[in-house]
Amino acid sequence: MTESALNSLTDSAAHPLARHETPLIALAGQPNMGKSTLFNLLTGLNQHVGNWPGKTVERREGTFSLDSTPVRIVDLPGTYSLTANSPEEVIAREFILREQPDVVVAVVSAANLERSLYLVAELISLPSPLVVALNMVDVAEHEGLHVDVDILQTALGVPVVPMVATRAQGVRELLEVIRQVLNGERVLMPRVPEIRSDHRQALQDISRLISGHVPPPYPTEWVALKLLEGDSELTKMMQEILPAEKWQAVHQVLLNHDDAQMAVASGRYEWVGRMIRAAVARPPIGQISVTERLDRWAAHPLWGLIFLGLVLGAVFWVTFTVGSPIQNWLETYLIGGLISWADVLLRNAPFWVHSLVVDGILGGVGSVLTFLPILAIFFAVFGLLEDIGYMARAAYVMDNFMHLMGLHGKSFLPLFLGFGCNVPAVIGSRVIDSEQARLLTILVTPFMPCTARMAVVAFIAAAFFGPYATLVSWGFVLLSLLMLVLVGTLLNRVIFKGQRSAFIMEMPLYHLPNWRTIGLLVWQRSLAFIQKAGTTILFLSVIIWVLSVLPNGDLNSSILARIGHWVEPIGRMMGLDWRLTVALLTSFMAKENAIATLGVVFGNSQGVGLAQILTSTFSHASALAFLSATMLFIPCAATMAVIHQETGSWRWTVLNILLMLVVSFAVSSAVYWIAVALRV
Amino acid sequence: MEAENNVVCPLIQIKPGERARMVGLRGGKWLVGRLTSLGFTPGVELTMVQNFGRGPLIVSVRDTRVALGRGEAAHIIVQRNGA
Repeated sequence: MTESALNSLTDSAAHPLARHETPLIALAGQPNMGKSTLFNLLTGLNQHVGNWPGKTVERREGTFSLDSTPVRIVDLPGTYSLTANSPEEVIAREFILREQPDVVVAVVSAANLERSLYLVAELISLPSPLVVALNMVDVAEHEGLHVDVDILQTALGVPVVPMVATRAQGVRELLEVIRQVLNGERVLMPRVPEIRSDHRQALQDISRLISGHVPPPYPTEWVALKLLEGDSELTKMMQEILPAEKWQAVHQVLLNHDDAQMAVASGRYEWVGRMIRAAVARPPIGQISVTERLDRWAAHPLWGLIFLGLVLGAVFWVTFTVGSPIQNWLETYLIGGLISWADVLLRNAPFWVHSLVVDGILGGVGSVLTFLPILAIFFAVFGLLEDIGYMARAAYVMDNFMHLMGLHGKSFLPLFLGFGCNVPAVIGSRVIDSEQARLLTILVTPFMPCTARMAVVAFIAAAFFGPYATLVSWGFVLLSLLMLVLVGTLLNRVIFKGQRSAFIMEMPLYHLPNWRTIGLLVWQRSLAFIQKAGTTILFLSVIIWVLSVLPNGDLNSSILARIGHWVEPIGRMMGLDWRLTVALLTSFMAKENAIATLGVVFGNSQGVGLAQILTSTFSHASALAFLSATMLFIPCAATMAVIHQETGSWRWTVLNILLMLVVSFAVSSAVYWIAVALRV
Repeated sequence: MEAENNVVCPLIQIKPGERARMVGLRGGKWLVGRLTSLGFTPGVELTMVQNFGRGPLIVSVRDTRVALGRGEAAHIIVQRNGA
């Protein structure tokens, strides 16, 4: 950057361009720096999770009070830089440039200072005032690194506040500094990094050429620098705006400096290096860290996989041992209680009101909600593994295997989440940086056997196969995973022409869990599930109920039954009669509805348990076929809704449904006829 | 031995525990942008943490451990530290 740019930036930083009525703070930082921990600490439950407009990137905003005045705080997506490599980076810089926050807080890690200051080198060149939150000083001290805060703050020209966000240390000091900056009590003199000397002329040339053409709010010098970095978004923008001959001239400069991208980055690292040399006392290298010792096992190609298998086993064991009794209890006492309560309360109400409440709403939404404890426990265990840093290792050891499908290790994380519930899994695919790999991951996610499907399998398997129930259940999990891999491989070959996406992933240091972060994660994911149950699932429950009572109020002659009879020929090929076919169809609403529907269909036969009726009505072959179909049937309504939301396309959503239909039909027919042939 | 020590090669050929100095980076703007923002710039010292000859590897750069696919690692050109 040139002298003039430096001056203009310093000016604008000292006199904020726009003061918001309610002060606006933006939280910026690279991944794994403790940014979310700090955000949670400041806002607690006063936060709102949504999406950035038009993007599938999570937007978290919250409020807290500073000197009893409310302050808005926006958690920007975690990014390594501000160049348009991903939507996150574009969102972060557009927010800072357009919304002009009154203060940008950059969260950096003292234990990882060199790399985390790289983003600061970018942020400090933007017009908003910057405050650096130097997090994880405890981890750094533990590793023998000492950061001299005063020297760092003088070298940067902006305030630096040491803190340990996990223990809420340094928060008060940070707030005090933010207050001073907001009130103009603290003058910032940011030291902006310069480009490597061999490219200084090029930068000046481009600045001169584009000067007067750059639309607000973009600073001219900044755009020139981003053009040199080969930023795709800004290159496109300037190519459209500039007169043809000027663009030609800019393009020529860029061609002559095709190594500029690296020169700009090197310039920033030189700047970072100067800061570090001044402020950090380094210990002699050679000591083996905890992370290194743990990774010898957890990231080993063989031991790592075995370890992962043990971890997965433990996750399921905890989830179901603790969760299932709670779910049964809720089913019996809460939903059962509500139903008998509604029975009494609606004694004199018209028949249809009673049926709507008891069969439609309580039977549909109610039974879905009883899964919440199982899900909450799963989310908690998953959140714990994520928080301590293990999930990156799981992704790493799974990378080889995921390559079979043209995916890489990162796709393993959302898929694993799918064991709990496919809905957060589809949303979780956002961690994947390549658009194509993300789409493929979403398309195979519905093959992950979620807890709801496992409940159906557990019930039917226990009824039909007694002592072999567990074995049969595991068999169906394996069948689902096998189909996932087959379909994934096929889709990758056919639609994506076997392309591979790049695998670049930071392996964060292991650290002790932060219960607050995990708690909030469980809370938010559970809340999202309850909202889904209260909207989509409620709506569909009522529709299915309407279909099951019209026109005579009797299921066996209802529209639903007619639909069942109508598609029965297809069901027959899989050994399913109209009742099992209807059960399968209603599982679209929510997977575990399959059991509820069978309960309604056989409702007339009183005094005998559903399990007994089923075993006396259907053959083992039909039961196996029904389970295969249930495992592989089209995604439930809620999952379908998020698939549409995340892919932003009906085409992919419909393709996904057709795909699942074909697969479930083919596999369960095959299972049925093989079972018949083997006389199971 | 001396010639071999100073040889320029892709990062995938570096053995675990070995150090190397990065000299160049080939690849598209996206890959270069991604890797430079993680600290991979010419001149930087890299330490191989894990490399079993197949599968992804782990390399330490600027105090950060980064997992790279072999395809990505092949784009990073390094010079072995012969000492």
